[in-house]
Order: sequence, then structure tokens, then C-alpha cells
Amino acid sequence: MNPFTQLDGLVAPLDRANVDTDAIIPKQFLKSIKRSGFGPNAFDEWRYLDVGQPGQDNSTRPLNPDFVLNQTRYQGAQILLTRDNFGCGSSREHAPWALEDYGFRVLIGPSFADIFFNNSFKNGLLPIKLDAAEVDELFRQCEASVGYRLKVDLAAQTITRPDGRSIAFDIDPFRKECLLNGWDDIGLTLRHADKIRAFEDRRRAEHPYYFA
Amino acid sequence: MQAQTLYEKLWSSHVVHQEADGTALIYIDRHLVHEVTSPQAFEGLKLAGRKPWRIGSIVATADHNTPTDHWDLGIQDPVSRQQVETLDANIREVGSLAYFPFKDARQGIVHVIGPENGATLPGMTVVCGDSHTSTHGAFGCLAHGIGTSEVEHVLATQCLLQKKSKTMLVRVDGQLGRGVTAKDVVLAIIGRIGTAGGTGYAMEFGGSAIRALSMEGRMTICNMAIEAGARAGMVGVDETTIEYLKDRPFSPKGEQWEQAVDYWRSLHSDEGAEFDKVVELKAEDILPQVTWGTSPEMVTTVDGRVPDPAAVTDPVRREGIERALKYMGLAANTPITDIPVDQVFIGSCTNSRIEDLREAAAVAKGRTKAASVKRVLVVPGSGLVKRQAEAEGLHEVFLAAGFEWREPGCSMCLAMNADRLEPGERCASTSNRNFEGRQGAGGRTHLVSPAMAAAAAVTGRFTDVRAL
Ligand code: SF4
Repeated sequence: MNPFTQLDGLVAPLDRANVDTDAIIPKQFLKSIKRSGFGPNAFDEWRYLDVGQPGQDNSTRPLNPDFVLNQTRYQGAQILLTRDNFGCGSSREHAPWALEDYGFRVLIGPSFADIFFNNSFKNGLLPIKLDAAEVDELFRQCEASVGYRLKVDLAAQTITRPDGRSIAFDIDPFRKECLLNGWDDIGLTLRHADKIRAFEDRRRAEHPYYFA
Repeated sequence: MQAQTLYEKLWSSHVVHQEADGTALIYIDRHLVHEVTSPQAFEGLKLAGRKPWRIGSIVATADHNTPTDHWDLGIQDPVSRQQVETLDANIREVGSLAYFPFKDARQGIVHVIGPENGATLPGMTVVCGDSHTSTHGAFGCLAHGIGTSEVEHVLATQCLLQKKSKTMLVRVDGQLGRGVTAKDVVLAIIGRIGTAGGTGYAMEFGGSAIRALSMEGRMTICNMAIEAGARAGMVGVDETTIEYLKDRPFSPKGEQWEQAVDYWRSLHSDEGAEFDKVVELKAEDILPQVTWGTSPEMVTTVDGRVPDPAAVTDPVRREGIERALKYMGLAANTPITDIPVDQVFIGSCTNSRIEDLREAAAVAKGRTKAASVKRVLVVPGSGLVKRQAEAEGLHEVFLAAGFEWREPGCSMCLAMNADRLEPGERCASTSNRNFEGRQGAGGRTHLVSPAMAAAAAVTGRFTDVRAL
């Protein structure tokens, strides 16, 4: 996993609540057995006017001019502003893969769906929960000024706005550590292999029927 | 000892290790695997030179991509076929407790086959790279969906990194009215608390109306806990649970059965246990439900109307309703029973078990599909459900009514195979998600119970099943 420390990135606003994982990456793209290459199909149904198929050349497809991420001013955005319950729906990790492959590294919103939130961290994507009022203000500022950027500092747990205001955010210390260092969860867990084995032996003795 | 909730009991019996900040390593008893969310995990495992920790925990099947007709032709779509073949190869290489591949007599939707084979047992932790893993919580176990990185993590370590959730009790007391099913109960719950209402909670369902439900009904409810935002739904163990599990292929036998049942009887929330949140519904107040929008919380009763966004003051909500109505092709204030349907889908891990098919057949019996309805798909959840339904003659009822009787799989729940809606088509569906494009790009999904789906099939529009 790529470590995440700091980012000074262009911001794009996606002003709708309950953006579900089917919208982030439609299911026809789930047939891939790879982890990468989902970026061109992120938000496929909103982004293009035709129906996308896996393996297609996306550069020749008609873009939907009404979809916000297609606006010139948001090209190259690395920070996505979202509304409530972003990432709801399925547990597919293809959703954070698609967002990451698209180029996003940070998501900022008032709330995220649990599984999606979890999956994001494991893919070097940083979802940040802020107060709804704070998010509202970011939407307003972002829409009002072309080229709007934010500075995100994970170690300091701050987001700095162009007007200099710094917003603190919460993050679970363990996730922070992993993200800062780009640590792989599995490697970390396997340091406890002896404990896992001991637990398993005890469980097998007490509840043999779970080990049939 | 202090009174504990079921969730607390399940949690504390699985903690292997705990970090200072509360992040815990949780031991996983059962790992269910399907073709869509596992290839990258197996690949990652191999690339890192790691071995699976305990293959005896793995139960696998192919369900999302498998066709539901012409099995003799195999899987036509090459991309789908590759995904299923990748699962075949991975399981062959790695091993498992059980694998039900495409065309196997016991193949089916992963959340149907786990319980029916006794591979899901009370007291277990059950995970799968699939959000509807919450279904298995109906058995008094801790079950939830995980992402592919976590699938790899469980394969490699038999553990999951977790933080303890808050607890919520959803209590439904009283007696459900005639024609009102588990599906209506869970849609009513989601309508009440919203799709994010359970976020951060482990949700237990209790109360006399839940106790009175069969295991099939409880699974329907836990299945949609995730649609209420909760990763895990659960119901305490009682005689219904134990009765269901007796003599299933992987259920314990003989002395071990006695020992297991002894333990399982303790798997319920203790009298006086405290929950972080309690939501109460009266069973008598619940009517047959129909969703009208593009999120399961956009739901009303069959005697209701499509809402009017003009009457909503909160601008974010109003816009959400406007967008949904536009997508769904519905005018504000339309009575639900005036909405015609093009297709009907009876299936999915929410409602494809034998009891669901019986409910649908009871409505279809002696009636025929309305001429205006293009297609009615009945897709059993597994090969075993299919065989049982055929033994009871349900397939003949469906066929006589002009419905199609298919092979098991996820089918038009998410349209990864050939079963899908055309743009603009409207479907009465027993599945769990009515998101934009879920059943095919541009398709319009209304979630209902199996009985309500059958009623829509024979009348051509949403109809109160109680009036049929
Ligand atoms: S039936 Fe639908 S919800 Fe259930 S596992 Fe299959 S695709 Fe997912």
C-alpha cells in the first residue's frame, strides 16, 4: 500500500447524498479479476452517455456534460467532497479501487458507510468525516472558486483551506499509523500468529463442532 | 454477572488480541467465498507467498455470474466465465471444507447455501466478501460483509481487525397481519430509521413478532440489516433456530450436537441487557410495503402514494426525492396501486428460500401472468431449494401461471449475468436494492415481498395482496 502523509490537492464536489457503490463502479466492471484499471469506469453511469462495458476504449465514449466531474475545472482532482452516507451498498472493494485509480486520495464528507470506510483505508484512500456544517462550507467555497485546493496533513490531522482556516479531523490511531507508513495489515496481524494459534487451540477444545 | 447483549457475547468470545485503542483481532470461524470478491484476494495471497490459515473454514460457491437457464451451454459471457473459472482454480489449489461449483446440485447463492447446509452455526463469526453476509446473523452468530483486502486478511490470518460496534435493538412486538411478511417488516424498519440509521451499530432484532418468524423470515430481515446501515444483523437463538439446524449436512451430530445445543441456548441477549439504542415497532401497524425510489428507505405502504417533493422542506432531501422520481419515471402523488410493472423478479438472497417460493406460489395458484407483464422470473436460491420446490409442485404452479422457472443464482438481483432490465423497464422485485441501474442500466426497481411480487405479476400493477 502507498503511504499517505500530506496532500495539497484540487477539490471536486459531488453534491448528492447516499452515493452507493453501484454508482461508484457499476457491476459489469466487477467481472475483472484484477485490482487496477477501474478508474476510467468510476461513476460510469453518470459520467458517460452510453452504457459502458468492460474492456472498452473509454476515451472514445460520449461524456455526460452535466456530470460534475466532467467539468474542465475539476480535472485532476485528488480530493472529493461528498454528502451523507457515501459508499453505501455493497462491500465491493472495487469502489475504493476505482476512486483511487481515478486519482482521488482523500474523501471528505459528513458520513460514510461502514464497509466502504474500512475498505478505503486498506487502499491508501483517506476518508475524513467532518461536521455537516463544515462540509457545507467546503462545498460552497469549492463551487465558488475555480482551482479550489485543500491541504491535508495526516500526521497533524488537519485540513487547511485556502483562506488559512485549519480544520482538525479525527482518525483512529491505528489506521493513521498504518496509512502513514503504508503498512500491510496482514503482516501486522501475523506478528500475533502465536496468539492466534493459542486462541484457535482453545476454541477447538471447547467447541470442536466449529472445526468439523 | 452483568447482563450482556448477544453481540457482546459473540464479540468477547472471539477476541484474540486487543490494541490499546480498542482495535481488536477477531477470530473467524466461517469464511464464505464467491467468485466476484475473491480473485484479487487469492492473487494477493499468492504474490506475498502466504498460505491460507485454515482451509476447513472455507465454504465456496459461484453465484453472481452464473446463468439461470441453458446450463448445458455453460457460461456464455467470457468475462463471467473467466471469473467463475478463476474461483474453480483457486479453490482447487487452496482447498476448502466445501465447494459448490457451477451446476453442482448444492450450488446457489452463498447466503442461502451456508445456512441450509448447516455451515452457518450459532456462536460463529461468519464473514464473506459480500455485504449481505448479515443474513447469517439470523442464527445467533456474528456475521458481516468484508472487502477483498479483508478476504485476503482472513485467508492469511483467520482473523479480522475490528472495532467493537455500538448495539441497537429493533423490537417488533405483536402479531403480523395476514399477507404481511418478514420483508414488509424489514422495509418498514428501514423506512423508519433510514439507510444510515444503523451505521456503526450491530443490530439485533427481537420482540414477539420476530420470535414468531421462521428461520427463513429471520434471514430475510437480517439480510437487509445492511440496507439499514448496520454491517451485522442478528437474532437470538431459540427452539426455531435449533430445530432448523438439526440434521443439516455440516451441523454437529450425536454427542457434539448435544454439547453445541447446550451452548447455543445461551446465545441471546440477557434479560435487562442494555443497548445503545432501541427502536420499537408494533407488528399490527406494518402493512405490505413497496419502495418508490432509488434507496430502500424510499418506501411506503401499498395503500400509500408516491411522495410530493414540494411538501419537503429540507433541500437535500427534496432534491433526493426529485432525482429519484425522475429516474423512476414517477409523478408525485401517484397511488402505488396505479403503478404498472413490466417485469417481476422473485429471487435473491433476501427472498429465494422455500418459504418465499411457497408464498409466491400461493398467490400465483390458479391465476396467470397479466398480459402487460413481459416476464416473471422465479429464481430459487439454491439447487436444494429448487429440488424442494419441485417436490412440492411449486414449479408447476409458476409455469401454469406463465412464470419462468430458472436455475439458482443471484440472477436479476444485480444483473451480472444475462438476466436484466432494459432501460426504463419497471420491476417488482423481491431483492434488497433498488439503486439506480442495479437490475440493469436504466432499470427501475420496486422492492416488495414475494407475495406482493406475485400479486403484481398477475394483476400487472402493484396490488394489495390482502385484497386478492
Ligand atoms: S442475491 Fe443479490 S444481494 Fe444477494 S448475494 Fe447475490 S447479488 Fe448479492
